[in-house]
Amino acid sequence: MIELWNALPLVIQILLKIVIIVLPLLGLVAYYTYAERKVIGYIQVRIGPNRVGWRGWLQPIADAVKLMMKEIIIPTKSDKKLFLMAPMIAIAPALAAWAVFPFSEDFVLADINAGLLYVLAMTSLGVYGIIIAGWSSNSKYALLGAMRSAAQIVAYEIAMGFALVGVLIAAGSLNLGDIVTAQAGSVLTWFWLPLLPLFGVYLISGVAETNRAPFDVAEGESEIVAGFHVEYSGMAFAIFFLAEYANMILVSALTALMFTGGWLSPLPQDWVDGIPILDDGFHWLLIKTFFFMFLFLWFRATFPRYRYDQIMRLGWKVFIPITIVWILVVAIAVIYRLPPWWSA
Amino acid sequence: MLNSYLPILMFILVGILVGVGPLLIGYLLGPHRPDDDKNAPYECGFEAFETARLKFDVRFYLVAILFIVFDLEIAFLFPWAIVLSDLGIVAFWVMAIFLGILVVGFIYEWKKGALEWE
Repeated sequence: MIELWNALPLVIQILLKIVIIVLPLLGLVAYYTYAERKVIGYIQVRIGPNRVGWRGWLQPIADAVKLMMKEIIIPTKSDKKLFLMAPMIAIAPALAAWAVFPFSEDFVLADINAGLLYVLAMTSLGVYGIIIAGWSSNSKYALLGAMRSAAQIVAYEIAMGFALVGVLIAAGSLNLGDIVTAQAGSVLTWFWLPLLPLFGVYLISGVAETNRAPFDVAEGESEIVAGFHVEYSGMAFAIFFLAEYANMILVSALTALMFTGGWLSPLPQDWVDGIPILDDGFHWLLIKTFFFMFLFLWFRATFPRYRYDQIMRLGWKVFIPITIVWILVVAIAVIYRLPPWWSA
Repeated sequence: MLNSYLPILMFILVGILVGVGPLLIGYLLGPHRPDDDKNAPYECGFEAFETARLKFDVRFYLVAILFIVFDLEIAFLFPWAIVLSDLGIVAFWVMAIFLGILVVGFIYEWKKGALEWE
């Protein structure tokens, strides 16, 4: 088996690995939409989708088939090239960011030193898809939605970037795998504790970055219908939808990786060493990621939508001061080797 | 070195493909029955009036400018953050002064009302 694998050309090997990452990811995206409808349904004392397949399990597939059969409308006044390019620009970085993601100690596609920088670059590119979609649609709602969305993403990206600087100081590396191993120990040595304010800022900024409730003014259905993708239909719309959910999963997974120890077991290292399920492994990363993914849904069902000026105030006047102060605090703690996190 | 960046390039290509593929499927399977009303810009059922190339609020522009300043700041912090534990307290004070200058600017724009959205 291993010989057969090694006999394959490098490009094919890489391609297979990419497929191994992307296919489950797309499946997860599909069932994340189902989970969202179910979870919010139960929170609102409804059942949610329950007609297609057993308890509605085939709903995402039915949705996909329906969207495939729909006409892709290209508005006459739109800039057609940009209009069709925008969904592509939205989804490509949302998927490409996974290239450097360490799924466990041994499985990472591209183990590069600038991992976090690459992730930051890729997640920043997503805003182009939104603004191009909004502008090229040549529709007032789309333009307004795109402007709001871009300003919001940009504002929260600063808070997010500062939070990441805190993680970098704590871990001393840009490599995502190293960031996880720097947290080794137990649940108390993970970075969520020494970086607690940054953890909160990162998580909330992540919700704002993906334009999710309660920060979803960009697509607030009751005022500007769907925001930047109002003119999109059929599969073109589906791609934006995919990109949004892929980004949510990405933010959840990154939070799990940087603040809650990624694939590390929550129990102290010397207790669980060698015990199959309890020891470190991919399943821990999965559980943590699912937890943060669930939070996204929970937030949406719980919080009323923010006003736009409140969103901007939170981003600029609350998060940025918090992060700047905490960066200095963490820097001092690292320099003076505050135990138990930086005692070595 | 380059070896580890090849997968990234391929991953980006696959990402673009995932964007193009569904569009093609939708184009092949979906109907094509354009008409004037369907292809007109959406405006709650009304005929669209005026152009959609609106003037927009200057504050969006202001946010973009502020973003550049702060994002550059983050770019400067990245290398510092990684080597901080090796460089020690001197590096801390150097960056504290740098951040201090940024904070002065931040306070100025706050007082000036650049962050207000009323």
